[in-house]
Amino acid sequence: MTDMKEPLIPVVGVVTDIRIDTPDVKTFRVVTPEGKKAFAHKPGQCAMLSVPGVGEAMFSITSSPTNEEYMEFSIKKCGCVTEWLHAMEVGQQITIRGPLGNGFPVDTAFAGHDMLFIAGGIGLAPLRSVINYCRHYRDRYGKIDIVYGSRSKQDLVDYQEIIDEWAGDEGVNVYLTIDREQPEWDGHVGFVPNYVKELGFSTDKIAVLCGPPIMIKFTLAGLMELGFDKTQVYTTMELRMKCGIGKCGRCNIGSKYVCKDGPVFRCDQLDELPDEY
Amino acid sequence: MRKIAVSRIQELFAAIAAGQTLYLPVDTKAGAKFEQWESGKQLSSALNTVRSAKDFFFPQTENLMDFRVEGKKIEIIDTRRESEDFVLFGVRACDVRSFTVLDRVFLAEPVDTYYKNRREHGLIMSMSCTRPAETCFCGTFGIDAAEPEGDVVCHMTADTLYLDAKTEKGSALLEGLSALTEDCAAEDEAAVERHRELSHERLSKLPLASLSADRFGADKTDEFFNDPAWKSLSEACLGCGTCTFVCPTCQCYDIQDFDTGHGVKRFRCWDSCMYSDFTKMSAGQPRLTQLERFRQRFMHKLVYYPTNNDGLFSCVGCGRCLSKCPIQMNIVKVMKQLGGKQND
Ligand SMILES: Cc1cc2nc3c(=O)[nH]c(=O)nc-3n(C[C@H](O)[C@H](O)[C@H](O)COP(=O)(O)OP(=O)(O)OC[C@H]3O[C@@H](n4cnc5c(N)ncnc54)[C@H](O)[C@@H]3O)c2cc1C
Ligand code: SF4
Ligand code: SF4
Ligand code: FES
Repeated sequence: MTDMKEPLIPVVGVVTDIRIDTPDVKTFRVVTPEGKKAFAHKPGQCAMLSVPGVGEAMFSITSSPTNEEYMEFSIKKCGCVTEWLHAMEVGQQITIRGPLGNGFPVDTAFAGHDMLFIAGGIGLAPLRSVINYCRHYRDRYGKIDIVYGSRSKQDLVDYQEIIDEWAGDEGVNVYLTIDREQPEWDGHVGFVPNYVKELGFSTDKIAVLCGPPIMIKFTLAGLMELGFDKTQVYTTMELRMKCGIGKCGRCNIGSKYVCKDGPVFRCDQLDELPDEY
Repeated sequence: MRKIAVSRIQELFAAIAAGQTLYLPVDTKAGAKFEQWESGKQLSSALNTVRSAKDFFFPQTENLMDFRVEGKKIEIIDTRRESEDFVLFGVRACDVRSFTVLDRVFLAEPVDTYYKNRREHGLIMSMSCTRPAETCFCGTFGIDAAEPEGDVVCHMTADTLYLDAKTEKGSALLEGLSALTEDCAAEDEAAVERHRELSHERLSKLPLASLSADRFGADKTDEFFNDPAWKSLSEACLGCGTCTFVCPTCQCYDIQDFDTGHGVKRFRCWDSCMYSDFTKMSAGQPRLTQLERFRQRFMHKLVYYPTNNDGLFSCVGCGRCLSKCPIQMNIVKVMKQLGGKQND
């Protein structure tokens, strides 16, 4: 029994790079002490990171599975574990376990389609892994549109990668927006849901949404107005989690466990869940 | 089937305890409680233990692992140890069924090895009931108190204890006890049958004998989720969590770290969906009032769990929450209120 793999026991991870994204988001690069990727994953899957003595918390693996050298996590500072992670220096060890959750259906439902990615704030973290996966297997997907918004320019996560890499790609269109005017910004100003409606996308594509609940709600309504069907729209859910494997009961909505049956849901599947969140 | 005179039951306990740790219900000041048997300890005559038997497989707190932290380095120490073999004697039908309910959670992939370890080393000697209590309603969930599940099913009459092995593990145990026990004849089978009939007769006269769960079950979320009755039902709930802690099937847990000064211990402990911080997040609180938390507990037992588990309910009718809730709220009241005409 004790030689069986226990899903609650993590492995050691080493932080090899820390990038400051925004005033409260940092992106951490993690490998095993042997310098390898801790495990394989699918776009949209998550991992539990922990600081022993402080606690464990769930994060999206923001790097793409096609990156075989390391994993990355974009983490917003908001409590005990995340504050501790933000205070770390390169070389610090943490623990990591996963992959957890279902991930996006990149090789089935998404394959062959035009893709529309819509993110708000730290909501870009799970989408970045899919976006980079689609960019890597470019010929498997059609046109890629990315709408991303944050409070201010400083709050746009992955800004440099978006400008340097995504925006220049053939067949990839990036639309950035910030909530309020600011001096060094000549791009679009306004909230994501309105911007999506203004841009008026055609409905022959799959949309993937991630961000604060309020943004998801209004953007989804906007997409419906444009004529999208809920079966074409995917999103991720965030609930309090402890085990990440469907046993501790914490992330239960109706008969589903967000950690195991999600965090990725198709919007029509969300309608089948009781209206609790 | 084997048998032994009730007057020789201590010899039986000694023989079982010689091979593995034996736990059985004994009387304490705080009511009946499972304790390790040692010479002279008497089997309780109470119907059931105050706390359920789930502690043996899913203890209230347990150490999951340790960490040694030195500078920037971390070492993870696997503290799992192979469990010792043990026998749980005298488990009632409701509590035996609760193990099946917990199995569906903890043994589903990915397997919880802490639970599996103890489950595989534990042997259940269940005991049929002849004096069910007014709070019992195991029958509502298709459980026969006169014929429990388990590795060895026991029936105790005034003078004889009958032992019926149901699994390989159970047969092996009884084989080891064959010097103490006798084989059963046709008249013994008849005595056990009479014992069962007596039990069934008493069960049929219980106040909750006609309580029905038929209206609940898999895929009934929409039917009950928005029922206005949740408001009045949950109004007085204190959110104390007592009902979840005494419940043999409640399985929610928390994971917490503790820095001892010489290293870090990671613990798991029971948690309760009745608590407001159970689901609290930086982004908000999805279950805002006690209504949502209260509804979660009962919807889970009567609808969500059955939806995921082929219709199996995750209440076993043990009645513990009926006798322990400080405001006398419980699952029976919920079922009566929401269950329609048949439960009036
Ligand atoms: C599937 C999933 C994916 C996630 N991906 C990311 C990501 O890529 N990047 C990122 O920055 N964050 C992500 N989160 C949120 C992240 O898990 C929480 O921010 C983190 O758990 C907070 O931990 P803490 O110890 O710092 O906060 P705590 O000190 O525990 O608490 C601070 C506040 O956060 C609340 N909180 C506790 N756990 C959670 C939780 N799971 N979600 C939200 N609030 C919580 C507490 O109730 C409290 O109000 C994700 C969450 C989930 C469920
Ligand atoms: S139902 Fe009763 S026992 Fe359960 S939390 Fe509410 S007050 Fe406590
Ligand atoms: S809900 Fe109440 S009656 Fe049902 S198993 Fe739990 S404690 Fe027993
Ligand atoms: S986090 Fe434990 S059940 Fe989902």
